[in-house]
Amino acid sequence: MNELDELYKQVILDHNKSPRNFGILNVYTHHAEGHNPLCGDEIDLTVQVENNVIKEVKFEGAGCAISKASASIMTTLIKGKTIEEAKILVDEFREIVTRDPDDEIDTLNLGKLAVFCGVREFPARVKCASLAWHTLNNALDSAENKVKIEKK
Amino acid sequence: MDKLIFEITEQKKFDINLIRKDFPILFRSVHGKPLVYFDNAATTQKPQSVIDTLKNFYTHLNSNIHRGVHYLSDAATSEYECARKIVQNYINAKSTEEIIYTRGTTESINLVASSYGRKFLNAGDEILVSYMEHHANIIPWQQLCEERGCILKVIPIEDNGELMLSELDNLLTSKTKLVSLVHISNSLGTINPIKKIIDKVHSVGSKILIDAAQSIQHFPIDVQALDCDFLAFSGHKIYGPTGIGVLYGKKEMLDSMPPYQTGGDMIRTVSFEKTTFNDLPWKFEAGTPNIAGAIGLGVAVRYIQTLGLEQIAKQENSLLNYATESLKQFSEIQIIGTSTNKASVVSFVIDNIHPHDVGTLLDRDGIAIRTGHHCTQPVMRRFGVPATSRVSFAFYNTKEEIDVFTNSLKKVLMMFR
Ligand SMILES: Cc1ncc(COP(=O)(O)O)c(C=O)c1O
Repeated sequence: MNELDELYKQVILDHNKSPRNFGILNVYTHHAEGHNPLCGDEIDLTVQVENNVIKEVKFEGAGCAISKASASIMTTLIKGKTIEEAKILVDEFREIVTRDPDDEIDTLNLGKLAVFCGVREFPARVKCASLAWHTLNNALDSAENKVKIEKK
Repeated sequence: MDKLIFEITEQKKFDINLIRKDFPILFRSVHGKPLVYFDNAATTQKPQSVIDTLKNFYTHLNSNIHRGVHYLSDAATSEYECARKIVQNYINAKSTEEIIYTRGTTESINLVASSYGRKFLNAGDEILVSYMEHHANIIPWQQLCEERGCILKVIPIEDNGELMLSELDNLLTSKTKLVSLVHISNSLGTINPIKKIIDKVHSVGSKILIDAAQSIQHFPIDVQALDCDFLAFSGHKIYGPTGIGVLYGKKEMLDSMPPYQTGGDMIRTVSFEKTTFNDLPWKFEAGTPNIAGAIGLGVAVRYIQTLGLEQIAKQENSLLNYATESLKQFSEIQIIGTSTNKASVVSFVIDNIHPHDVGTLLDRDGIAIRTGHHCTQPVMRRFGVPATSRVSFAFYNTKEEIDVFTNSLKKVLMMFR
């Protein structure tokens, strides 16, 4: 149960149960939908950017605990960040979940992203965790876009 | 001559411990726990005899078939054709001409859609499938409809996962030209009353294909008694190798159909003006086939025959009942597919826990189950779920394994509470 504890840390279970920033913004500047055909996970992400700063963000969707918690945690992390800062977070996130499971990661510097370290143990689930982040990237790149994470 | 396939000398006694020993993979561990393999509807494990056959073929007999006068080619051809004979007997086809080797169920259905469909189906003709089809039995027909202007119609299903037979009567008309129906649903476990349906279909003059991917390993199938026009299955779901499967077709149907693919082996004479095609079944087997796979399939069928389908059905039925009762003790679990006539497949959903989380957590206990839409998205939509968790049993599974599964499931429920 060790690695499991890592992955399904209380944080993930908690965000799954009571996701933060859940819903759809009435007013938004950026929007993208994400879909993972493998498990049917879906996310609808709306972002309100003012003066290059993410003022508001909300997500809605159905999915597994990992994808939902990942989306929820992401929204708490990017609120108040500039677009550039948010994009750096996306890169850091990707780097963490795709790193070889045997690599030591210095979790101290990762802050809240540390919770995603455990995902590396479950290659089959990296896509679940990544969906929200891919979708954010697409939303920030264009106002209307649809992300699709392909099988394989 | 070198033999890879042997005659059946005796019926095996159904001793579960001895039978499990025939399947070496059952003794490995996963994440430090003994493997509990409950994903048999996706693919079945292979007995040692099948594994040995593949190894022995490549070690002692490897050569191309139907092509050489040399010893090895002759011996390989003889085993390849012997396996065809075994399949013919297993499903009681009239002759080996009616047994076409393919890559699997998917290719078998595509062959019919492509060859029979393109030649005989026209604009306005109706093709009938059901709501519980695997994508492999939907998309080839959709494509054909797009190309030929045919119309795809769908038999709905009841809340318990059975076909709505009353609707079938309304859907079957003189416009119906082909029905393609799954025998056993891979996501619901429902066993469809195919004999009754085949007779109804024939009474309006339509042809019918049976997708036997999930039934060929559980029940005796007699294509002459059923009177189906086509029947498709995959070797890997009947304890044989991957990459080999079968299309059964009535001879008069296959005779009337153009080749599916063209090239070597399927011809009699070739000149640049005209090619004449080979006889059945080779007319539909262009190119070098999966020779080792076909022989392996023959050995797999032999293995099942030494166990006896009756004993297999008895064991699988008792596993189905035990698992169903075990799951019923959890109020938060709902079984999807509750037909009274079911194969050893149990799909379920748990309140507020996504199947993928269930699958990952069980995997950590060494338990392999399938989670997702099982290539049957229309079924998922019909029951209003994005995905299900599915356990599917083979005769080598045990009640003790189901207990391991149930205990692991309890932990998952606790965790998400
Ligand atoms: C009912 C049914 N039809 C068709 C298929 C496709 O079989 P294959 O992938 O071996 O071609 C499957 C396999 O999952 C199945 O369960």
